[in-house]
Amino acid sequence: MTILIIQKKQFEKEIGKLDEKMQEKIAMFGTPVEDITQNELQIEIFPNRPDLLSYQNYKNAFLTYLGKKPNKIKINKPERNFDVIIDPSLKNIRPYTACAIVRNMKFDNEKIKEIIDIQEKLHMTLGRKRKKAAIGIYPLEKIKLPITFKAIEPEKIRFQPLEFPVELTGKQILSKHSAGREYGNLLEGLNKYPIFIDANNEILSMPPIINSHKTGKISEQTKDVFIECSGFNFEVLKKILNIIVAVFNDMGGKVYQMNLKYKTKKITPDFTSQKLKLSVENTNKLLGLNLKESKISSLLKKMGHEYKKGFVEVPATRTDILHEVDLIEDVAIAYGYDKFIPEIPEVSTVGEIDKKEIVKSKISDILSGLGLLETSSYHLTTKDAQIKKMQNKKSGFVEVKNSKTEYKILRKDLTHNMLKIFSENVDVSYPQEIFEIGTVFKNYNEKQNLSIALAPGNFTRLKQILNYLEEMLKIKFEISNPESLPNHFIDGRVGEIKFSGKIIGYFGEIHPKILKNFKIKMPVSVLEICLDGVLENRKI
Amino acid sequence: MQNQEIIESLSPIEQKILPYLEGKNIQEIIEKSMLDRVSVLRALEFLSSKKIIILKISKKKIIEPGTNGIYYKTKGLPERQLIILLEKGNLNLEEAQKQSHLSKNEFKAALGALKKKAQIEIKNGTLILTGNKEELTKKSLEEQFLEKLPKELDALEPEEQFALKNLKQRKDIIQIEEQQIINFNLTELGKEIVKQDISKSKDLVEALTPQMIKSGNWKGKKFRRYDVISPVPKISGGKKHFVNQAIDYGRKIWSELGFKEMTGTLIQSSFWNFDALFTAQDHPVREMQDTFFLNKEIAISDKKLIKEIKQAHESGVGGSRGWQYNWDEKISEKAVLRTHTTCLSAQTLYNLSKLLREQRKGKFFALGKNFRNETVDWSHGFEFNQTEGIVIDKNVNFRHLLGYLQEFFKKMGFEKVRFRPAYFPYTEPSVEIDVFDPEKKIWLELGGAGIFRPEVTIPLLGAQIPVLAWGPGFDRILIDHYKIKDLRELYKNDIDKLRKMKFWVK
Repeated sequence: MTILIIQKKQFEKEIGKLDEKMQEKIAMFGTPVEDITQNELQIEIFPNRPDLLSYQNYKNAFLTYLGKKPNKIKINKPERNFDVIIDPSLKNIRPYTACAIVRNMKFDNEKIKEIIDIQEKLHMTLGRKRKKAAIGIYPLEKIKLPITFKAIEPEKIRFQPLEFPVELTGKQILSKHSAGREYGNLLEGLNKYPIFIDANNEILSMPPIINSHKTGKISEQTKDVFIECSGFNFEVLKKILNIIVAVFNDMGGKVYQMNLKYKTKKITPDFTSQKLKLSVENTNKLLGLNLKESKISSLLKKMGHEYKKGFVEVPATRTDILHEVDLIEDVAIAYGYDKFIPEIPEVSTVGEIDKKEIVKSKISDILSGLGLLETSSYHLTTKDAQIKKMQNKKSGFVEVKNSKTEYKILRKDLTHNMLKIFSENVDVSYPQEIFEIGTVFKNYNEKQNLSIALAPGNFTRLKQILNYLEEMLKIKFEISNPESLPNHFIDGRVGEIKFSGKIIGYFGEIHPKILKNFKIKMPVSVLEICLDGVLENRKI
Repeated sequence: MQNQEIIESLSPIEQKILPYLEGKNIQEIIEKSMLDRVSVLRALEFLSSKKIIILKISKKKIIEPGTNGIYYKTKGLPERQLIILLEKGNLNLEEAQKQSHLSKNEFKAALGALKKKAQIEIKNGTLILTGNKEELTKKSLEEQFLEKLPKELDALEPEEQFALKNLKQRKDIIQIEEQQIINFNLTELGKEIVKQDISKSKDLVEALTPQMIKSGNWKGKKFRRYDVISPVPKISGGKKHFVNQAIDYGRKIWSELGFKEMTGTLIQSSFWNFDALFTAQDHPVREMQDTFFLNKEIAISDKKLIKEIKQAHESGVGGSRGWQYNWDEKISEKAVLRTHTTCLSAQTLYNLSKLLREQRKGKFFALGKNFRNETVDWSHGFEFNQTEGIVIDKNVNFRHLLGYLQEFFKKMGFEKVRFRPAYFPYTEPSVEIDVFDPEKKIWLELGGAGIFRPEVTIPLLGAQIPVLAWGPGFDRILIDHYKIKDLRELYKNDIDKLRKMKFWVK
């Protein structure tokens, strides 16, 4: 979840009073209020709107939504030498960059902090932790234009990384610098690393890892900046650059384009809006409304779009408009989700609960009628309960990767859950009679099992329950002495249960060695059967 | 109640002890009434609820000799036994233990106790008594204390407390038990009652027997009155787990609204869980931090479907631009524990695509478990329930989506529902659903809904037909209904709590 923090004072000065009505409007704009503290307003920005990740951009979009005039961006043509040469050596390494220059900035600590913040947020979201895109900002005074973006052998790269006391080589940065350790995996296995280098042959940075301390550090003295955004998809980079320069523009900077010398020349920042078709009919049909074209046009305007004769011009900072439906949602947001009148359509269908679920529910009714209590356990379980305490072999269990808890494997039976429940309820009055119906996992196959457990374990009662279940469901189980003894039962006190000729489970008295593992002081009888055959039985 | 009615309601045990109440001595009542202690106490309780007496129950801690303590009381503490033995002459350690017949631990304890008092010395492995004769024969504080037991814990002298501290450290010499001290006083009413003749109440019919009904000899007789007010011991019955009760109810609502249930496995391929739902392969939800991955690949056999999903992601379908990246079939084969029931909706759409275009419609629901790689605390867990629904029809729209959701939550008991803009990769427009809890006066965020994007419906359904879809969490509704504060309680299986848990009545 990405949170944008706005100073309340600033919001009230530049947007409006932060009363309940305003909070409602903020939520209805699609940016829910997460928290309001004494000085701060915290709002959640959904991942599809990275263009709202800074206060400046949010303010402009929200003012537009409220029907007020936002701050417009002005882009200036490149001056002499405002060039970045993109070398073909970057192919398969980090092939693209989009760049800009901004002049006349008045930085203070606050502004620098804000810029670092939006940069980090874009790295985490659109940039996918710098994998897809990384942003660098440099003091132009320390750079001699033009700039070259190329890839060279890591041993040949040598510069003093940001906030580091000495020069390092490209390889060393990955192991010695904190940013190198964090993002080094993005350059792993490459024989060349990307660098930005100026006309004085001074290395500006090694993206997506770190800037140079000498030429890549913004301070309060910085007036002009060079901004680059590098990655694998030029369209995405263009958008990110647009989002960043919009922030600088709002802070009072003068934004200049740069010539990007690819095989064919490109120019960024490029605020040419994307044009998309939008049909009035489709809009009304999908939303269940009856809006006139002029109304749709004005609603789209509130969301920053321009509508002209069936086409919409989308702001150059929006990354989420892939299809007409994305524009229709914007129409809906501008219209107001709270203004839609809910309605149930006449789609006549016949409802149906899954047959197997009905049978499972009935089995549960039958057992509850006998006074048994249904339990509900996790599908994930611990190796301690399922393997160690049950004295099972260590193989044949499905393990999930990277579990954050001790629940690391999928349960193979319900029996160990039942015993665990008994062990956690030793102080509760007896008799304890419980059952559970649920999915168990056998080598990635899922089965529906039923387990019944009694403490103190009365074998006769357990068999009576089984008989009663047969009678109520009008099915027949065959009981016999087991061909091979499951090791958690007492030999001679366990029955094998077959249904339609297939072994589906066992019932009997739990062996004291297992009870001891679970610290249960009461004798216990347990039944566990696979219900799959029963659930598929058409006669029930 | 009139005095006479009270007398008629006296049970036999109450009648038996009534004449001996004035003595206020429970032991005496037991002896004179010839009842056992339990019956007398029960009778006193009954009398107390009839306000004939006032019962005062207090607790007190009594120190009693433990298993070893009882034995030492007659045999003497191990150190005494050792002194007696050594008085006959010095012995080496081994010999002393052997002749003393003390266990290894007892012997050690005895040595320790004597050393502490400087009454013994070990020289070259030989035990020598060092205290003077008088001192040695004098009974120690521990011995004196043991003899005086039982004693009340709160009434110990300082030296007795010292002895208790020492003995407590040794095995089973003493034990502390809590005793109930029962006192009672007759009330004014009680004083009147005991004076009255209760002999008549002895003729009252105690229990109506089948024999009496048959013979009719109850005629002309009075029945003893029951005390209908006094409490009875609690019982509890068997029942469905409260989560399952609620799930059954959810199923009922959806089927009544004309929805057909979808079911499916908990293990799913990334393809159905993510790719078919237009979730880009580098989307953060697909990282191991958020999702449980398994060591298994599940391939999709329909090559045409794979091709279309690939296209939807890479360059888009139906006028979409797509996510603009290289989609990898291998990544889509990774097995996961499903993170939402929406994968079942995707499969349902795909199954409908095999029908004729005009038959591709319907209403479906699912209610089931999903997983996310989370730590466990009061508001998070790695398993959660979700209720899923889809409506496929060429004429459905956004207002209908809100209509179904409003209806469902109304039936779940939430009169006020609010819809807010939201974002999900596979729906557009998307909605966040809040319901109002009138008791706590807060909005509860219950989860998402929307209309499936064309990038989802075109490959799966084979046509751009609107599909309303939702998947709010179910557990938040549950804990709100049952007034549970901690999500973990849903799967804790505390038998006592399960027995007391109220039924889902809706």
